[in-house]
Amino acid sequence: MALEDLYREVIMDHYRSPHHKGRVEGATGDVEMLNPTCGDEIRVSFRVEDGRIADVAFQGRGCSISMASASMMTDAVIGKTVEEARTLIAAFSELMQGGAAGPELGDLVSLQGVARFPVRIKCATLPWTTLEKGLTAATDGVGG
Amino acid sequence: MLDLAKVRADFPILQERVNGRPLVYLDNAATTQKPQAVLDAVAGYYEHTNANVHRAIHTLGEHATQAYENSRARVARFLNAPAASNIVFVRNASEALNLVAYAWGSRLRPGDEIVLTPMEHHSNLIPWQLLAKRSGAVLRFIPLLDDGTLDLSRAPIGARTKIVSVTHASNVLGTLVPAAELAARAHAAGAVFVLDAAQSVPHMPVDVQALDCDFLAFSGHKVYGPMGIGVLYGKKALLEEMDPFLGGGEMILEVHLDRATWNDVPWKFEAGTPNVGGAVGLAAALDYLEGLGLAAVAEHERALTAAALGVLADLPGVTVYGPQGERGALVSFTVEGVHPHDLSQVLDQEGVAIRAGHHCCQPLMRQLGVVATARASFACYNTLEEVQALGAAVRKAQGFFSQVMR
Repeated sequence: MALEDLYREVIMDHYRSPHHKGRVEGATGDVEMLNPTCGDEIRVSFRVEDGRIADVAFQGRGCSISMASASMMTDAVIGKTVEEARTLIAAFSELMQGGAAGPELGDLVSLQGVARFPVRIKCATLPWTTLEKGLTAATDGVGG
Repeated sequence: MLDLAKVRADFPILQERVNGRPLVYLDNAATTQKPQAVLDAVAGYYEHTNANVHRAIHTLGEHATQAYENSRARVARFLNAPAASNIVFVRNASEALNLVAYAWGSRLRPGDEIVLTPMEHHSNLIPWQLLAKRSGAVLRFIPLLDDGTLDLSRAPIGARTKIVSVTHASNVLGTLVPAAELAARAHAAGAVFVLDAAQSVPHMPVDVQALDCDFLAFSGHKVYGPMGIGVLYGKKALLEEMDPFLGGGEMILEVHLDRATWNDVPWKFEAGTPNVGGAVGLAAALDYLEGLGLAAVAEHERALTAAALGVLADLPGVTVYGPQGERGALVSFTVEGVHPHDLSQVLDQEGVAIRAGHHCCQPLMRQLGVVATARASFACYNTLEEVQALGAAVRKAQGFFSQVMR
């Protein structure tokens, strides 16, 4: 498998110039997670308004795959309802386990090559797991 | 001098191709490859000797017991231990260190101190953290200087010190620790001295009596032996004083320990059916290594390490960690603009296997100010051409990432 199949241009674009890097003002969720295999760390903050993710941002240190995945995730979930975001998180997880690429994934399909590199899957899923944890914590907080 | 072509021919796996390229295996600090002699010894054991040990009153049982106990004696000779009974077979160095932390550590009291270094592998840190939590003992650390060596002048070894447990050779920095000196200081303070020799035993002669270790741990798989077999050396009097590893009132004691093997050291610490095939394989590995000659292996690996330091120093944007002078057979480094994971991925495409990550040393990574490093580590079968291949692959990774990051 050629390197270019893993390091697709879209991925490297996001790695080079990540979108939504930083922290969200007035965050309703803010979660940090560690990739135990490499020590990479990521922090995802977001603000949910009326059941929609009004803003999301990430900070962290990591490899190209984890940072690009985080950047693409922020693009993908902004404006989505929490439920839609959860559906997308599940679809992305499927993709990383070698599942089919649904139309809802859009650009994220460029990360499909990661599924063929088992040790890198965690790199790609770390931001998503972090967001999911944040959404769950926020929901539990609201719902009591 | 090693006959390198002959040595390489002894390791069947070196014929493998990875991503269409010849395998360049530079992850030896994680595990070494196995020579044919070890593969044959393990297969031979299962083909001709296999039976359960110690209690079988039949021919195979006797042969298996003999093979197992001969392996123990072989390990004892390798470490220059006084007797085979100083050698406890365990799964790996981690288990050996946990054994000491439980069985010797049970005597620790609140306020007692355990002295470590900041560059311990998690396997020589977590067992002591757990012991500190159980006993109320306190962990103290010998400060690490910027050059990757220990500041022995500020070693916090004193009247409260009960255990000094250090790595013999750092798996990240390659730092060699003056074990005999620390052992003397530990003993002067009335403490026991534990040596994690996982990264030294494969690369240099280690003499437990010359170093005056109370305990020493190493893993078979890092010294050309099979996985799942490791060694704890202990001074006889200490082993005899200690409770069984799985004792101490935990229910697992009754589930797992075979009472018939409790009576004497070292069997007291070997609950359940041991890894006899692994022990036989380890003995074959030690035969193999001594056949090559540890001095010749050390000299060869020094040349490889020096060459790697030279190759990496010539590359712009590469930072090498660890001491400038004498060091173990490995080099940790980072490449500006290329995360170690990405570097490792590109190198793998070239058939070059290195390690990328925190190397089970998260506190040390924090002190170095990095999340991860890349690490190339060497063994007897590596060549100077492979070191060149490492350099070329790093250059390729730099080229790839500078192009896509433009």
